[in-house]
Amino acid sequence: MKSSSFEYHAPKTLDDAVALLARHAEEEARVLAGGQTMVPAMAMRLARPGHLIDINAIPGLDQISLTDHAMRIGACVRHAALGATAAPGPFGRLLGLLQHHIAHLPIRTRGTFCGSLANADAASEWCLLMVALDGRIEARSTAGTRMIDAEDFLLGYMTTALAPEEMIVAAHLPTLPPGTRVGFHEFARRAGDFAQSMAIATYAVAQGRITAPRIAIGGVVSRARRCPEAEALLHGATPDPALFQEAARQAATHAPLVEEDPYLRSLTETSVLRALTGAA
Amino acid sequence: MTEPQTRHITLRVNGQAREITTPVRKTLADALRTDLGLTGTHLGCETGLCGACTILVDGRAMRACLMLAVQAEGHAITTIEGLAPSPSELHPLQQAFCRHHALQCGFCTPGLLTTLVEFLHDVPNPSEAEIREAISGNLCRCTGYDTIVAATLEAAAMLRPQP
Repeated sequence: MKSSSFEYHAPKTLDDAVALLARHAEEEARVLAGGQTMVPAMAMRLARPGHLIDINAIPGLDQISLTDHAMRIGACVRHAALGATAAPGPFGRLLGLLQHHIAHLPIRTRGTFCGSLANADAASEWCLLMVALDGRIEARSTAGTRMIDAEDFLLGYMTTALAPEEMIVAAHLPTLPPGTRVGFHEFARRAGDFAQSMAIATYAVAQGRITAPRIAIGGVVSRARRCPEAEALLHGATPDPALFQEAARQAATHAPLVEEDPYLRSLTETSVLRALTGAA
Repeated sequence: MTEPQTRHITLRVNGQAREITTPVRKTLADALRTDLGLTGTHLGCETGLCGACTILVDGRAMRACLMLAVQAEGHAITTIEGLAPSPSELHPLQQAFCRHHALQCGFCTPGLLTTLVEFLHDVPNPSEAEIREAISGNLCRCTGYDTIVAATLEAAAMLRPQP
């Protein structure tokens, strides 16, 4: 099928983009970045925006900036730009582990990190990363710029805190200190397919004990979420297989699954266990 | 509904500048096929899943069905028609596909070739597993993929600089 008709805008500045959003918010104006979800949704007439605001011509939005402790990812940065070489150390390794699972090569060249956040699919690897590392979203409207914690941004299945007249300008992620161990595991039916279940595990070890453990799960829940019970169990403990097994069990037991299903709970447990065990 | 919005754009396809007037909602895949007559870009699902319409945009493999034609202005587009270096000589990947019978009906072939051109540029010495992952977004319902993988391994060897 072909998309319904819309008016197309290609603003050259952010000010123009948010002004267009504000002017046409009532007519379902939507921001177009990579379009790898929006365009097929329009082709299937699941989305019928009255106005498309293409932000690809705005200079600077395709930039990644990296400081010692944080990465800022502009709204037009493609998945393909966020592999293991995008940052040194454990943070770069984690990016590489995740990027590899995002759709297929010709989708990764076009789809964007921030678009994935705006779409807020429960199976989004980047949403999972934002929750795991306490990332923040930089949102802009004609009223100004605000920063939104990932936890507050992701409201539920494909639902975010972004207002109709707001657009994501960038995502901010704290990087990980040297020595942090990072692991990721995903179950999908085939390469590049949506995650059925996935988990990120990161932790450091000081004097033989786990510090700063972070466990986050996605796919099986309506939005990516942390596993506080598993993190509490890991904190201060000595890493060993029995501990990881128990932490994975805790994470699965307390996970608010999209439906009560022993198979999904088992996938959750195994995802967390493999992310923890594989963390290096 | 008011008249559909149109734009006059210049597309740079296979090294040639082509001007068209297109409704803004038209995908690049449709513009290539219906406005420019480049029907080598095949349309299977029109939702990005099958990979048949994959083309190269500034050298990167992308789905032509997931881009609007108006978004392609200012970018260098390469379609399957632009892959061979001359009318009498095929691209090494095309030659290897012929030798290995890596196509039967040929519907998926343009998308596989464009995807693999970018892949072999990035990964000149791939393993069989890496090739299988690279083409995981291209559906072929005839060959079973084995001959495609074999052809790609051979083309990779042909394309690598000789020591």
